[in-house]
Amino acid sequence: MAVTPPAQRIWWNEPIERVELTWVIIAFLWGLFMFGFMIAWHFIGGQNLSREAYRIAPSKYEAKVEEFAKKHTVREEKGVPVVKPPAGSDIYILGRLWQWWPILELEKGQSYRVHISSIDWQHGFSLQPTNINIQVHPGYEHVITLTPTEAGEFGIVCNEFCGIGHHTMTGKIYVTEPKRAESGQRLADGR
Amino acid sequence: MTAETVVGVGRRAAAADFRTCPYTGLKVDAAAQTLIKANAVAAVVFLLIGGLMGLLVALTRWPAVHLLPADWFYLVLTGHGANVLLFWIIFFEIAVLYFASAVLLNCRLPAPKFAWLGFALMVVGAIITNVVVLQGESSVMFTSYPPMMAKPNFYLGLILFAVGALIGCAIFFATLAIAKQERTYEGSIPLVTFGALTAAIIAVFTIASGAIILIPTWLWSLGLIGEIDPLMYKVVWWAMGHSSQQINVSAHVSIWYMVGALLLGAKPLSEKVSRTAFFLYILFLQLASAHHLLAEPGLTASWKIVNTSYMMYLAVLGSMIHGLTVPGSIEAAQRKNGYDKGVFEWLRKAPWGNPAFAGMFLSLVMFGFIGGISGVVLGTEQLNVLMHNTIYVPGHFHGTVVTGTTLAFMAGTYLVLPLIFQREIVWPKLAKIQPYLFGIGAAGISLFMMGAGTLGVARRHWDITFSDAELSFAHSAGAFLMMGLNGVFAILAALGGAIYVLVVVGTVLFGKKITAGHKLTFPLHAGGGAAVSQYGSHATTKLPGTIVLVAIFFVCFVLYYFINWKYLSELWLFR
Repeated sequence: MAVTPPAQRIWWNEPIERVELTWVIIAFLWGLFMFGFMIAWHFIGGQNLSREAYRIAPSKYEAKVEEFAKKHTVREEKGVPVVKPPAGSDIYILGRLWQWWPILELEKGQSYRVHISSIDWQHGFSLQPTNINIQVHPGYEHVITLTPTEAGEFGIVCNEFCGIGHHTMTGKIYVTEPKRAESGQRLADGR
Repeated sequence: MTAETVVGVGRRAAAADFRTCPYTGLKVDAAAQTLIKANAVAAVVFLLIGGLMGLLVALTRWPAVHLLPADWFYLVLTGHGANVLLFWIIFFEIAVLYFASAVLLNCRLPAPKFAWLGFALMVVGAIITNVVVLQGESSVMFTSYPPMMAKPNFYLGLILFAVGALIGCAIFFATLAIAKQERTYEGSIPLVTFGALTAAIIAVFTIASGAIILIPTWLWSLGLIGEIDPLMYKVVWWAMGHSSQQINVSAHVSIWYMVGALLLGAKPLSEKVSRTAFFLYILFLQLASAHHLLAEPGLTASWKIVNTSYMMYLAVLGSMIHGLTVPGSIEAAQRKNGYDKGVFEWLRKAPWGNPAFAGMFLSLVMFGFIGGISGVVLGTEQLNVLMHNTIYVPGHFHGTVVTGTTLAFMAGTYLVLPLIFQREIVWPKLAKIQPYLFGIGAAGISLFMMGAGTLGVARRHWDITFSDAELSFAHSAGAFLMMGLNGVFAILAALGGAIYVLVVVGTVLFGKKITAGHKLTFPLHAGGGAAVSQYGSHATTKLPGTIVLVAIFFVCFVLYYFINWKYLSELWLFR
């Protein structure tokens, strides 16, 4: 029994029953496959999180985002600037208590270098309803090359607890249909 | 140097006070018995507190009920995590360690005073943390990520608790050493003790990691250290936070084997395979810190892949092996017990009316199907981005820690009550339905939280309607439905939990004292302790039922794995 010492003193020489051995081999191979598939996705998949990140003082990051917003603001919405950066450019998102700032307007099928960081506590960048979730740390500037594949209005929710106002921390991204036919083509190629 | 001088205040073998268990023939040391009782009682008290907090959390997250105000919600959520994930589980685990060493090895527990010191530290630590959480200003969640700061006593309480648990582990190791020295058993330690040893070894690693991060964080909260890097904190904290869940896995797998042995006379199919599976846990489970860092900036893909997969899924392999050997040993035993017809007679005629068996088997099935599969998916480098910090994450770990560990511990309690407390279980009819109520409730909350998370609902979030937010966002109707169903099933689980506490308290206080010749309401396997070890090898038995169960599991696993890759491939592109 499992609560008594092994019946065979030399238990490590007992043969392994075939059903057990078969299962061990299947489970081991499945593990190897899953391990390999993560590596493979870096070559065949379009969704791999970038490792590009920089140390940055929160105040410095805040200044960068403000400068970016000033340059490309096209209108305001509820006191928050809506920023429309040129396709392919570096864009900045700031997480702070309790908003994602500013609002972005992107073009479908275009790639952007998105910089994300926080200036106070940790936040969770959660793009909805697309469901892309990335952790945001103060002091670390994460750079992700992002290509929206659908047009519409998207919400950014905070999904890392950040204090009493956590549930009021939201943001917004608008994605517009591509103006030129070629960007649609590029998108089709990218997938 | 003998083990006695190591622990300092050892007792002589002759001085120990033993009784012989009439059901198992095991020699039970009085000091070990009292300590097991104390730790089990403390565990149940914290389960009661933490479980009640859990119910309040679920009722608040039920959009139609939305019970607590935001500040109370975050406070209670912090307390819920600490009380059930740490205090309930670790107190119970210390009881398991003492049982698996002193009782199963017929040995005395060395240095019981030292063990009591550990117990006292754990109680004091748990109380300090609870008090400081209830005072407010420490609603930092169980994970307490900096730069968010709790009051110093929040960390201090956890540190004291951990030191106490470490003492418990030391007593366990000392008991093993003394049992070997005094030859209280023949050959190798039993499989259940081996599993407990696995748990204790991982516990030492875990507590060390906890000390490495919590002590500086405590000093930081006192103003003695300037800054704690948030990324570094997560790397080290999760070496405690996730690895400590592997203590639970080792402990509850041991309980699965124990229940099978005591109720059905089950014997491991192969000692070698089952022990190797435990050994894989020791070698690889520690890498799991990476599971919480897959969506973080700055870490390389190769680091993430190697660590998140426990080095090519070798620890997952351990769990998948237990997933066959536990039901396999039960099937083999049942066929020997005379239920040999067809593929599933062994399972149909299993003692489903015995809460120890029902709880154990539900725990086995649900841990594998709900907690296990979702854990692998969540821990896949790229797939993590679909669910990171959504309520899918608590969905997953309620599948492991509630339907797996907690249900297994409840099942084990139905053996501890008659065998250690020596009390007959009161209200057996309530006890019979308890594992089903709790199991179905817990499975429901796990699945519906996972469903809501797949639809993007955030974890640790007071208001998914975002009614106070400047920029509004509306979740789908499906997400609201899932959160409502989560609330309904939480009530079911809470009811099951309440019955458990009621039966345990009732039995400990009013249960009939068990005297010689008493017939147990929920009988053990007729063979009892030593007699059963004379069984021939179970390896000769065919196990068609187990093969079917494992095949179903494997198909579900593969399908669910690829469904998630399909979801991922539909996301925006990022690199």
